[in-house]
Amino acid sequence: MTRTFLKAAVALACFAMPVLAQADDRLDVVAQFEIKAPEPATSGYIFTRMGVAETLVNANADGELTPGLATSWEVSQDGMTWVFALREGVVFHDGSAMTADAVVNALEIARAKPGPLQDLPITGIAAGDGEITVTLSEPMAALPAFLAEYRSQILSPASYAADGTGVAIIGTGPYRITAMEPPLSLDATAFAEYWGNAPHIADVSYSGVSRVETRALMAESGEAEFVFGLDPASVSRLGMLDDVEVLSVAIPRTLLIKVNAGHPFLAEPDARRALSLAIDRAGIAQAVLRYPEGADQLFPPSTADWHNDALAPLSYEVEEAKKLLAGLGWEAGSDGILTRDGARFAVTLTTYPDRPELPLVAAVLEQQFRTIGIDLTVNTTNSSEIPAGHQDGSLELGLIARNFSLVPDPIGTILSDYVGNGDWGAMNWRNEEFATLLRGLARGDGGNAERARASEILQAELPIIPIAWYRQTLAVSDRVTGAEIDPFERSFGLENIRWAE
Amino acid sequence: MGGMKVLVSRLVQAVMVAILIGTATFIMMRSLPGDAAWRIAAGRYGYDNVDAAAADAVRGELGIDGPALPALLQWLSDLARFDFGNSLVSGQPVMDEIVHQLGASASLALVALLLSLVIGPPLGILAGLRPRGMLDRVLLVASTGVKAVPQFLMALVLIVLLAVHLRWLPAAGHGELRHFILPGLTLALGLAAVNARITRDAMARIADMPFWRFAQWKGLSERQTLLRHGLRNVSVPLITYLGLQFVTLVEGVIIVESIFGWPGIGHALVHAIFSRDVPMVQGTALVLGLGFVIVNSAIDLAVRRLDPRVAG
Repeated sequence: MTRTFLKAAVALACFAMPVLAQADDRLDVVAQFEIKAPEPATSGYIFTRMGVAETLVNANADGELTPGLATSWEVSQDGMTWVFALREGVVFHDGSAMTADAVVNALEIARAKPGPLQDLPITGIAAGDGEITVTLSEPMAALPAFLAEYRSQILSPASYAADGTGVAIIGTGPYRITAMEPPLSLDATAFAEYWGNAPHIADVSYSGVSRVETRALMAESGEAEFVFGLDPASVSRLGMLDDVEVLSVAIPRTLLIKVNAGHPFLAEPDARRALSLAIDRAGIAQAVLRYPEGADQLFPPSTADWHNDALAPLSYEVEEAKKLLAGLGWEAGSDGILTRDGARFAVTLTTYPDRPELPLVAAVLEQQFRTIGIDLTVNTTNSSEIPAGHQDGSLELGLIARNFSLVPDPIGTILSDYVGNGDWGAMNWRNEEFATLLRGLARGDGGNAERARASEILQAELPIIPIAWYRQTLAVSDRVTGAEIDPFERSFGLENIRWAE
Repeated sequence: MGGMKVLVSRLVQAVMVAILIGTATFIMMRSLPGDAAWRIAAGRYGYDNVDAAAADAVRGELGIDGPALPALLQWLSDLARFDFGNSLVSGQPVMDEIVHQLGASASLALVALLLSLVIGPPLGILAGLRPRGMLDRVLLVASTGVKAVPQFLMALVLIVLLAVHLRWLPAAGHGELRHFILPGLTLALGLAAVNARITRDAMARIADMPFWRFAQWKGLSERQTLLRHGLRNVSVPLITYLGLQFVTLVEGVIIVESIFGWPGIGHALVHAIFSRDVPMVQGTALVLGLGFVIVNSAIDLAVRRLDPRVAG
């Protein structure tokens, strides 16, 4: 009797289980990001990527600004007043119209929270007839790019509590949220009154899955059609499958060492050059990141205006590095570590595990720096230790991944990193020529020649040491077509995806 | 009468646990190295956006640099009114987040427990009825083997086998019934490996007792003997052991949730500790601590009902 029962159970399981795994007609998106709250300041990038919320200005794959909820924009002669013409007939997901007052409300709330808008010289944002006017205290040529950033998303007034805290995400995008369960999931469906083209696939879902191995397995098993952010090992494995396509695009993010240029060992540019010469970038890129090549300057080719082909590339020359350090008075001690005036060349490299490749690269650097006689201690900790260590001066070296495209025009990030407070940029490094060039570019004066000169200064002085340019990866099921990676990481482009025939 | 006494003593225990856990987590979170405002800002805005301005905004908003003692007393008095406060990262009430996440964890734990009871004890009983038989030997090897596999590995093996190769089940995810099976099975196999052994030993011991032989001598079949005299006796050590397994389950849930992308309380606790979300850590630790008290009380009461010798 037991046997019959067992046989029946096994047979039932075999028939039932494939049904359980069957694909539905919903496009399932999986990425590493967790939804913290219905709040643009903390989780806004998920809502813009999912096509729920939109910004006044958009950016295309080349980083050029294109119309979004604003159809056009104009700046006054003196560069102090910007007028954005709003798209007509735009409706929020709750049915209310997107008025100039609603746009001003959303931007004023965004400006009061930490974020890039907060640092801009904005004196006022006023609602007009089908347009808004932004007034500045000094010219800012990149203002439209800042309005393309996710924290500048336009939500209906009903999305915010009286104190400006987000309570719901009522946007204008092609998809409206039907259910949201922080921290891990969100369901959305096509918004019938969307102003643009209707999406091809009506129902979409988002799941935050923090483990990269799990995400890769979800792609491999066909559980999710759109799986974002893969590790190098999974890319090679998924690449061998027939029913999954792996896409990879260079993005404007650089893996680099942030250097405390005020540190007695690191103050001389030659010391920083020696560190740079000791790094086998091709080795790190191929063995750890599985990229074809490392970075030979700070700005990746994807930041088209800023990448400078004329620069002499950063190279890997251990003997040259040793010579430079000897020239600075460093001599090898009994344990092989360099000493000068009785001090050992021992420094701490701080990094964080949020991006899994960082601790791995740090371990490789520890080896590579030892070959030129530098004793590196790796401290893997919370990401906030980098800016906190910058502020209190305790940081020596930091291994970080810096995104130059949070605002599609890198000028904002470069200005704050290398001229401004520099939490994630240069530390105890100032170059007046560089600062003047950058301020001019921010105002709108100057062009390619000034950008080329600025990148030359960074390459010569090395206030930071570039190591690799990132690539973003995406696994897409063969059940869908039309998926692309946005190098500026603003959108998943779900509205362009359709089911394969 | 006895049951009432148990309830009162457990209630006192619960209050003590609440005060101890609350104070201990408070002291631990306060003595962690690093500036809390920076950690919270990193948790809220992410590593691309945490900077001095964000940390200052957090510091100004939360006033977290105040003296410790008033903050602790404030928290304990809020607790007495069942007010857990708001999460420092999401801004949502801690109570709401815990209810949501505890619900997800509890339902997963329950599924795992039921699955383990379907798998383990029946095998244990069959093996215990024929000690040193074929099934008994196989079960000994199998349960030792399964127990020796870390849950992390077990989860990956099951995903690779059932989701990737056979494509029977979803690899991860949450929200539908089918998502329960793989994480539930991962946890259940570990539990079943042990409760099968417990049941087997209890069954073998009971089947060797004089009353068992008497029951069979008076003409009951093996099946009737088991149903009338066996099950109740076997269930006492099994249920007592389930209380202990609650600890294993909580530990397992934390690992399994992270692998399967399950929005549970283990996941929440780990994230809250990273981003220094003190109210969330306190609330979660408290709920887990009280969970132990409640489970133990329930098991005490259940054993009393099953075994008149204890109640007497």
